[in-house]
Amino acid sequence: MIVAQRKPFEEIMNMLKGYKKVLNVGCGTCVAVCLAGGEKEVTVLNTELDMARKLKDNPIKIDGITIERQCDREYLAELDSKVDDYEAVVSMACGVGVQFLAERFPQIPVYPMVDTSGLAANQAVGWYEERCRSCNQCVLGMTGGICPVTMCAKGIYNGPCGGTNNGSCEIDTEQPCAWFMIYERLERQGRLDNILELHAPVEWLDQTPRTLVQPGYKKVDPEDLV
Amino acid sequence: MKSGSNLEKVLKAGHFAFTGELGPPRGTDAEEVRKKAAFLKGNVDAVNITDNQTAMVRMSSWAASLLIMQEGLEPNYQMVCRDRNRLAMQADILGASALGIRNMLCLSGDHQQFGDHPSAKGVFDIDSMQLIYMVKKMRDESKFLGGADIHEPPKMFIGAAANPFAEPFEWRVHRLAKKINAGVDFIQTQCIYNMDKFRKWVKQANDMGLTEKVYILAGVTPMKSIGMARYMKAKVPGMDVPDEIIKRLQGAGKGKVAAEGINIACEQIEEFKEMQGLAGVHLMAIEWEHKVPEIAEQAKVLPRPVIE
Repeated sequence: MIVAQRKPFEEIMNMLKGYKKVLNVGCGTCVAVCLAGGEKEVTVLNTELDMARKLKDNPIKIDGITIERQCDREYLAELDSKVDDYEAVVSMACGVGVQFLAERFPQIPVYPMVDTSGLAANQAVGWYEERCRSCNQCVLGMTGGICPVTMCAKGIYNGPCGGTNNGSCEIDTEQPCAWFMIYERLERQGRLDNILELHAPVEWLDQTPRTLVQPGYKKVDPEDLV
Repeated sequence: MKSGSNLEKVLKAGHFAFTGELGPPRGTDAEEVRKKAAFLKGNVDAVNITDNQTAMVRMSSWAASLLIMQEGLEPNYQMVCRDRNRLAMQADILGASALGIRNMLCLSGDHQQFGDHPSAKGVFDIDSMQLIYMVKKMRDESKFLGGADIHEPPKMFIGAAANPFAEPFEWRVHRLAKKINAGVDFIQTQCIYNMDKFRKWVKQANDMGLTEKVYILAGVTPMKSIGMARYMKAKVPGMDVPDEIIKRLQGAGKGKVAAEGINIACEQIEEFKEMQGLAGVHLMAIEWEHKVPEIAEQAKVLPRPVIE
């Protein structure tokens, strides 16, 4: 899933200092699961903002609403009748949700309340680890299910580099060396052949905005979708 | 001849090569480069010029290479993958060759987190293995990585590093083979202190026939102090410093530790001269360039061969 964490409170206060009536929109999918921007987090942030602004003698009227997904027009439609009552809208969704929200309501300023950090797995409640950089050309089949793009600090395809350090990465003894792990796993599976040959320079596919249309579907005029 | 560099000629003629290293300054002081170069002149076959080593900004490697060429020394131009994408790298390779640089060393580069700009964006568009492949393609096929023709291709003797010690040890020799397949001409190893492990690695390389396909220069860095030995053991990733080295330095007595460090290095060099599969030594006297004449003398690698 996509994981995010709430922005520092000071930064949020600073972004909202000129507004007196704001709508905070939560997102009920990824950021709710990772405890960053669901219904509960919307309530907590709004309460904190309400108190902090009262203490500054500059009260703010901040309402909350959490929709199922901010990256989906169907759910954003719920907000159509509401946003114009506010000076600004803030979003606790990932960067995708914030942009989709801003796109739907171009007349009103939209602010992000979280920093999106990536595609991660849930290790335990409240603990998430990044596993994918959405590079658009998955090599996990070759590397024994361990991503060199995400898990190697240099993102190299012909590792390990000279900094591999008894199973750790040169940047931190707490950070495992991805290529050490790849070697161990492939060796155990008898598949070292996979990495004996040079992996050619990568033709990066994540350098321009990507659009994906699944087979059997086609793009349509966005006007028809509103 | 692939590049016609002095290093290539020395190795091809079967001489035991001896290379040195020089770190460019953190400023514009060309005189500092010339001073360091003076200690190396006549004592080594080529001089590695480091490229933003330990991710600290320094005078660019090609510029310092040019400065030492003006002093009559031959550079081994180091290039790391951390700071440039494939366009910048190829442009610099063309420029370096046009200026007369004939050796280069292809490296990944220390992670930017180590240096003085820890949150810089690390490029790593290609890795060191792919850099070797790219330079070879440029030189031997007159093609850019993208496939277009090069008018007047660069002439480079292609080098790379090897770490004979890092775990998994069994993988080390395969990684060497991979670099050879990518097109490397010579290898300079990580600093060697664990001689047992190094002998094993060289034997594996011999057994796989690799030492017939590439020139291997053994990396030597004399210990200046007990503190340096301890630091390298504990803090430098990929370094393997056995306790015996530290004990021997401790036993040297006050004021004699540095001399003992040089003794150890020279004993290593003596063994490397005889070791089947080795083609030379790469001396990394880090910020100790003024000791190089003395070390070269004691290691009995002088005079350096002159080949026309």
